[in-house]
Amino acid sequence: MRLVLEARPERSRIAAWLSPALAIIATIVLGFLLFSLLGRDPWQAMHVFFVKPLENRYGVGEWLLKASPLMLCGVGLAVGYRANVWNIGAEGQLTLGGIFAGGLALVFDQSAGWWLLPAMIVAGAIGGMLWAAIPAFLRTHFHANEVLTSLMLVYVATYLLSYLVHGPWRDPQGFNFPQSKMFADAALWPNLFAGTRLNRGFVVALACVASTWLFMSRSVAGFEMRVAGLAPAAARYAGISSARVVWIGMLVGGACAGIAGVNEVAGPLGQLQPSISPGYGFAAIIVAFVGRLHALGILLASLLMSLLYLGGEAAQVSLALPSSVTGLFQGTLLFFLLAADVLVHYRVRIAGRSQAPAALG
Amino acid sequence: MEHIAELIVLTLAAGTPLVYAAAGELVVEKSGVLNLGVEGMMLVGAVTAFIVAATSGSAWLGIAAGTLAGAALALGFGVLTLSLMSNQVAAGLALSLFGAGLSAFVGKPYVSHVVSALPVLHVPVLSDLPVLGKLLFGLSPLVYLSIVLLFGIQWFLYRTRGGLVLRAIGESPASAHAIGYPVIAIRYAAVLFGGACAGIAGAYLAVAYTPLWVEGMTAGRGWIALALVVFATWKPWRVLAGAYLFGGVTLAQFQAQASGTEIPSQLLSMLPYVATIVVLAIISRDATLIRLNAPASLGKPFHPDT
Amino acid sequence: MGDTVTIGPVPRLELIEISKRYPGVVANDGVSLRVMPGEIHALLGENGAGKSTLMKIVYGVVHPDAGIVRWNGEPVAIGNPARARKLGIAMVFQHFSLFETLTVAENIALALPAARARRGLPARIREVSSQYGLPLEPGRYVHTMSVGERQRVEIVRCLLQSPQLLILDEPTSVLTPQAVQRLFETLRTLAGEGCSILYISHKLDEIRALCHRATVLRDGKVTGECDPRQESSSTLARMMIGTELPRPRHRAAHPTGAPLLRVRGLSRAADDPFGTSLVDIDLDVHGGEIVGIAGIAGNGQRELLAALSGESQATPADSVLLADEPIAHLDAAARRARGVAFVPEERLGHGAVPDMSLAENALLTTRRRLSRHGFIDASAAREYASATLREFAVKAQGPDAAASSLSGGNLQKFIVGREMRQSPKLLIAAQPTWGVDIGASAQVRQALLDLRDAGAAVLIVSEELDELFEIADRIAVMSHGRLSAAKPAQDTNAEEIGMLMSARLENVAHAA
Repeated sequence: MRLVLEARPERSRIAAWLSPALAIIATIVLGFLLFSLLGRDPWQAMHVFFVKPLENRYGVGEWLLKASPLMLCGVGLAVGYRANVWNIGAEGQLTLGGIFAGGLALVFDQSAGWWLLPAMIVAGAIGGMLWAAIPAFLRTHFHANEVLTSLMLVYVATYLLSYLVHGPWRDPQGFNFPQSKMFADAALWPNLFAGTRLNRGFVVALACVASTWLFMSRSVAGFEMRVAGLAPAAARYAGISSARVVWIGMLVGGACAGIAGVNEVAGPLGQLQPSISPGYGFAAIIVAFVGRLHALGILLASLLMSLLYLGGEAAQVSLALPSSVTGLFQGTLLFFLLAADVLVHYRVRIAGRSQAPAALG
Repeated sequence: MEHIAELIVLTLAAGTPLVYAAAGELVVEKSGVLNLGVEGMMLVGAVTAFIVAATSGSAWLGIAAGTLAGAALALGFGVLTLSLMSNQVAAGLALSLFGAGLSAFVGKPYVSHVVSALPVLHVPVLSDLPVLGKLLFGLSPLVYLSIVLLFGIQWFLYRTRGGLVLRAIGESPASAHAIGYPVIAIRYAAVLFGGACAGIAGAYLAVAYTPLWVEGMTAGRGWIALALVVFATWKPWRVLAGAYLFGGVTLAQFQAQASGTEIPSQLLSMLPYVATIVVLAIISRDATLIRLNAPASLGKPFHPDT
Repeated sequence: MGDTVTIGPVPRLELIEISKRYPGVVANDGVSLRVMPGEIHALLGENGAGKSTLMKIVYGVVHPDAGIVRWNGEPVAIGNPARARKLGIAMVFQHFSLFETLTVAENIALALPAARARRGLPARIREVSSQYGLPLEPGRYVHTMSVGERQRVEIVRCLLQSPQLLILDEPTSVLTPQAVQRLFETLRTLAGEGCSILYISHKLDEIRALCHRATVLRDGKVTGECDPRQESSSTLARMMIGTELPRPRHRAAHPTGAPLLRVRGLSRAADDPFGTSLVDIDLDVHGGEIVGIAGIAGNGQRELLAALSGESQATPADSVLLADEPIAHLDAAARRARGVAFVPEERLGHGAVPDMSLAENALLTTRRRLSRHGFIDASAAREYASATLREFAVKAQGPDAAASSLSGGNLQKFIVGREMRQSPKLLIAAQPTWGVDIGASAQVRQALLDLRDAGAAVLIVSEELDELFEIADRIAVMSHGRLSAAKPAQDTNAEEIGMLMSARLENVAHAA
């Protein structure tokens, strides 16, 4: 008696949407076990993670605020992933977006006008795209693996930001803290709802989600990306340029991550600091997968992931647990998702004994 | 002369985690599996080794524990990719993220702890010899072990039947399966070996090289190890050369910072990562070279039909 | 079942009521078979009849769901190929199980038990290989060898195991007619020494020439058992497919004046280090004619097809002319826009995306027509797919069915139909009926003829000589990256083509 995997003739749609649900349930169960092991009441822990953050208006605002960079980076990455372009450097592209936008804000600090914020968005997108263009170029001209190059650039981007806020861009009136001047009002996102920190950057995020959905599902270019990801030989057959696919995949990811960077520095941060993202670029990778690389799924997954972030912070206060419990849950979720994904392409069968007689010698 | 010997010693020490991690990953990739989770396995190896060393007082016990931890994490990856047919790139990423999260969480209470580091080798008389003494008898035993390991891998891959079978599986698992070799089982063995190597690499960092634990202390070495395997075009000797080259770059960066240069320290810190990108680009450019040396089935899932 | 008492010689191999199911298909259904010592036994059936699966069961790669296997009279359970080899069963696979980056000796060593693989293996390889007329150099790397030579490695690997039963799965698709005769000699020698041979094929003439007995499979069941030397091709065919072999309606070609496709001096180095470079290729294809390119796999066909379809580009730009316009530098989409259509050899993964619906797969080559302002016209795509299903009699659940859910024959009809419905000026088809059941094969060949009669130029690359002689008007031969001059089909024969296949073709005159 043993479990056997049988390839399905067609991939199962139901399983494709069921597996994220299974993965979430499995992660919650694991969370239960973990909290019990650590001597905390699991039900209370669940409450702290999933209910407490949303108890008031401010909490809901935080929830949507944190979901915004996750969904932005997520949809951008998904465009690439569906084409087998593995951009792992969203965190770095987000940082560059923040640097470009922040630089603009600092230069025009005094002479700001209504045009500054839109210019910052454009600058941020350009910054992200520039950073993503490097791995794209290295892949199309040098066949260099984009996973490694984009990831190395994350480290470089972090050091670059650190250099800027410790050095040339440090606020002279900042008591030597490594941070830039606070941005002028014209460089900050106006608030969306009173009593929350949610700002209009959220609208931009939603717009990006909608645009990438439109692009991937309805446009010819989006179709070409999908073909390239599913069957590269068929893409060549169809006359789809593999270089173009790599460029689009990386640049869309870079632009979205760059805009997420703008939203951070022009939003809750209001300035440049040595770290402008608690790992959103990496969490977005998980969001993209859990969201099945589809816009709607990514939207939902970003809301879930945002809740995990808030929960982690709350757990630090209410349960005396390190906030890195968030990272642990994120990684576990992805693991379970990949495991549950086996059901999309395979059926699990219990194989009975073969009816051939036992061997005689 | 003494100064040069000193530099070589430091370079060897700095390159050793890369030797372990890249050597292990080389064996994994030779069998046709791409495990991007090296960073995660190294971190878990590091934190486990540190905690065990701190609580038990024995550095060697810590090293052993770290090695096992790396292998255990690799087992999870193996199940995902070899038994559940998961996409290897996604699973490797998951492994890295999970390893980072797990190690940060588990290691939090131990951040300011101290361990008794693994002592450097000291052989009476021999270690005191000028130049050679320090080099051949004065380094951490794990450094020497890593070189022995590499010798062993070279011998295994090219002089034993087992190595031949492994290479055959990496080239064409379908053919190996048709002839009757247990492809999945052999790949599991390779993946576990790679995990153990990544584990010991992390353990070395936390218990021998810089005896401390800090979240994310591998600082991307796992990823650099992956690039090293490509740079070495999957040949064990070149892994050694590449690892020490990077050890040298890291060392140069530290020396430059220590010497009080005008160049901002952050820009110097970028050096290893930029070097990785450059090296990767240079070697990958020759598509024919890659095609001839990379295991043909690398990264592709294999489902035996029975 | 139970123990039957056998009087007379004991069968070397006996299969009793073997069954094997895969999801969606019954590969073997109660198959029984008997092979005597020294007998050359054919397993006959068309693609998809279950022959390969049955042999994989005998070799231990696949486990049967039901049934008994008897070896020299004793029931056995062959759990894996190593066990099969120990019993004395050896197998030469259709798609070789060789390792390109290893040497001949290493490849053979891998299939032998560790002890025998060590000493003196290279010497034994030389000895045995020349003894049976298949000489090999043990130190050569497999990737430097032609397909025919690689098959020798497969066979010698088996011979070194001193087999009692040798299974060959479609061995002649990679051989010239002359090499086929040499292989038959080797097999007759082996049989004479007492080795049983199981010969799997769908080629009726070869089976009638070589084999003592034949078992015929259709849709997983045994439909006949006979002595093929006493049968005719049509009686065998009737057992194999249930009806007569369909013959296409063939009218004479009416080629138009100037050639539609002109290839002049096309040369291109191979991208793949294990590939074949194209050298000085000349070819003309007129509208209203079918030109066939014969040749053993691995002689540059893949590279030529890529260069003609646009998947790879070549210089100078006028080495490939379409209606006098240089196109060698254009990519596939640009060539398609100018009226070139291509049906690739591989359906799933190349000609169609397995996980996409038929409507989306229709977009693969029609997306310029079926889109507006950069956005896909989804309903037009579905309509196109539906019309293709109707016109080409494709059995599928509808335009939203996934390509992977269609059988090989039906998917091939869909792909051929998709390309033909674009009214191409030039259609290039690679192995148009490979892996396709006989009914669909006939339909595809008829469709090609109909396209030709409508005035299009058709170029077919095929490893099946029978197919080329059936529908091609002129035939050229590809060998070592060069192309021979195309001769009218009625002015040549299989023998001559066979000679050209193994020739070096350097001094063959180029003609239109």
